[in-house]
Amino acid sequence: MHTIASNKLAQLFILLKKQGYAVIAPALRDAAIIYDEVETPSDLPVGWTDAQSPGSYRLKKREDDAYFGYAVGPHSWKKVVLPPRMKLWAARREEKGFTISDTTEAPRKLALIGVRACELYAMAIQDTVFIKGDYVDPFYKAQREKLFIVAVNCAQAAETCFCVSMKTGPKAETAYDLALTEVIENKRHYFVAEAGSRRGAAVLAALSTAIARPAEKTAARQVIRKTAASIKRTLDTDGLKTLLYENLAHPRWNDVAERCLTCGNCTMVCPTCFCTTVEEITDLTGDHSEHWRRWDSCFTMDFSFIHGEGSVRSSNKSRYRQWMTHKLASWHDQFGSSGCVGCGRCITWCPPGIDITEEVKAIRKNPA
Amino acid sequence: MNQKTAKPTLAVFKFASCDGCQLTLLNCEDALLPLADEIEIAHFLEASSAVLPGPYDVTLVEGSITTPHDAQRIQEIRKQSKKLISIGACATAGGIQALRNFKNVDDFISVVYAQPGYIDTLATATAISEHVRVDFELRGCPIDQKQVIEVLTALLQGRRPDIPSHSLCVDCKQRGLVCVTVAQGTACLGPVTHAGCGVLCPACERGCYGCFGPMETPNTRALRTTWARRGMTDAEISQAFKGINANAPAFRKEHDAPKR
Repeated sequence: MHTIASNKLAQLFILLKKQGYAVIAPALRDAAIIYDEVETPSDLPVGWTDAQSPGSYRLKKREDDAYFGYAVGPHSWKKVVLPPRMKLWAARREEKGFTISDTTEAPRKLALIGVRACELYAMAIQDTVFIKGDYVDPFYKAQREKLFIVAVNCAQAAETCFCVSMKTGPKAETAYDLALTEVIENKRHYFVAEAGSRRGAAVLAALSTAIARPAEKTAARQVIRKTAASIKRTLDTDGLKTLLYENLAHPRWNDVAERCLTCGNCTMVCPTCFCTTVEEITDLTGDHSEHWRRWDSCFTMDFSFIHGEGSVRSSNKSRYRQWMTHKLASWHDQFGSSGCVGCGRCITWCPPGIDITEEVKAIRKNPA
Repeated sequence: MNQKTAKPTLAVFKFASCDGCQLTLLNCEDALLPLADEIEIAHFLEASSAVLPGPYDVTLVEGSITTPHDAQRIQEIRKQSKKLISIGACATAGGIQALRNFKNVDDFISVVYAQPGYIDTLATATAISEHVRVDFELRGCPIDQKQVIEVLTALLQGRRPDIPSHSLCVDCKQRGLVCVTVAQGTACLGPVTHAGCGVLCPACERGCYGCFGPMETPNTRALRTTWARRGMTDAEISQAFKGINANAPAFRKEHDAPKR
């Protein structure tokens, strides 16, 4: 482990850019902290934090100049590897038949800075879906292989976070190139850095660093421990799959259906929700056609539309139940893990503030 | 449709409306010339005084039905049209003039017109679909350029138009915008509103006004509760539903809800 003085963080940005990476990191936009391309550490939300609760997100000033003193916001890194809208190919009518042209752009080298522990888990879950199965998604895979990941161990949790319950945080455990812990104490401001890959070690070696002293390592561990202790929201996962499968007719689904807008926001902000639809776009002559992929949601009627039948999940109740039981139960059968990483985005960004942890508690309290 | 010998014919008719949807079609510029290559514009008074007689392969109808004469005229247009598409909030829900449906129209006539006796109007402004069978309804106030071209293209190609009826929120999130309700407490009709505008207002950090009308499964009651918890009164919430699409059944029902 090494330490990087906070005023040397710029070196990391410069080095990554020199290696050909565009740097994507947290930035302030439209009253929130989102992920966008940045140039220097001063583009980060320095001295800002967020106050989150069900259906509410507010920016707040911090009393220090922390670079990463906030929790996750409305964006997730899935937008990088699974763009919301993407042209997969185009076709042109010829004399006989048609030709298909691959119009996708070569993936860019991207350095993601500030990836949180829960988000690393979310990426691993999407890897299972898109890379590890029988049908590899070539677009996802190509972009995934071009990422350099700088994880940040959380020094601040939101009220909506529940990673401790999901065993996904707040310390970055899974594949990263570099992991940083931001420490602000006794008028010192530094990062404790750990390499998680050979590439990460090479980058770390090229920066102005010092070997981390035992007290600094302890301080970093203390930051993470304090964050974990501050997380009060819980989701009891014990026997959860069976509980949900046995309660598909629970009256709570009617209750949540009254509150659910079926707007799809929860699925859009979820870092693991991976559903997409594809649409053909033609020009007026019909000689040119494009095949577009875009994010879809199990809360739309088209999602479960079956020819001749219409939507097979036409009620709000059936769509919310589908989403939650997939996330917490059938995901295990399908992909061998939970589909929830406890980031809390679906709680914060649901306008009525439906809370997945409360929905589970209500069913657990009074099961069938 | 590649054979240029007999191009399908297009007609555009106007009822009670501001002409904004027809102007949207005229403003398509780059797409208009290719469109004219593929279809014969047979009746479009806003574009040309040259008029061909029906029947028409595709008819676009703008505006709502507000007079006995128009109620007759739409029947005739339906008979002359193989496919009839109503375009815009007036044609699909009655438009802003449907605010008369909430009041007694005679009270307005006596105040507005010097000689009320000359006025021959209906008590309500209603959607085209309340009078004749409609093959497709294209929403918006005004309609979106890309969407109207997409609908015409899909018809020419014999495929389903790609016009999602999900909430505006889906498109908002796809654009990477930040929710104005959650992050700023702004009242936004996006969660109950049909997508299609390209998320114009939230992109300017404004709440959605519902120009595209109710989405496929609008839970307006849940939105009322959401806003009420943020401090809006019942009257303020009802007013928000009483806009361009006030007469769309889902919005009208929610507007009236506190009175019931």
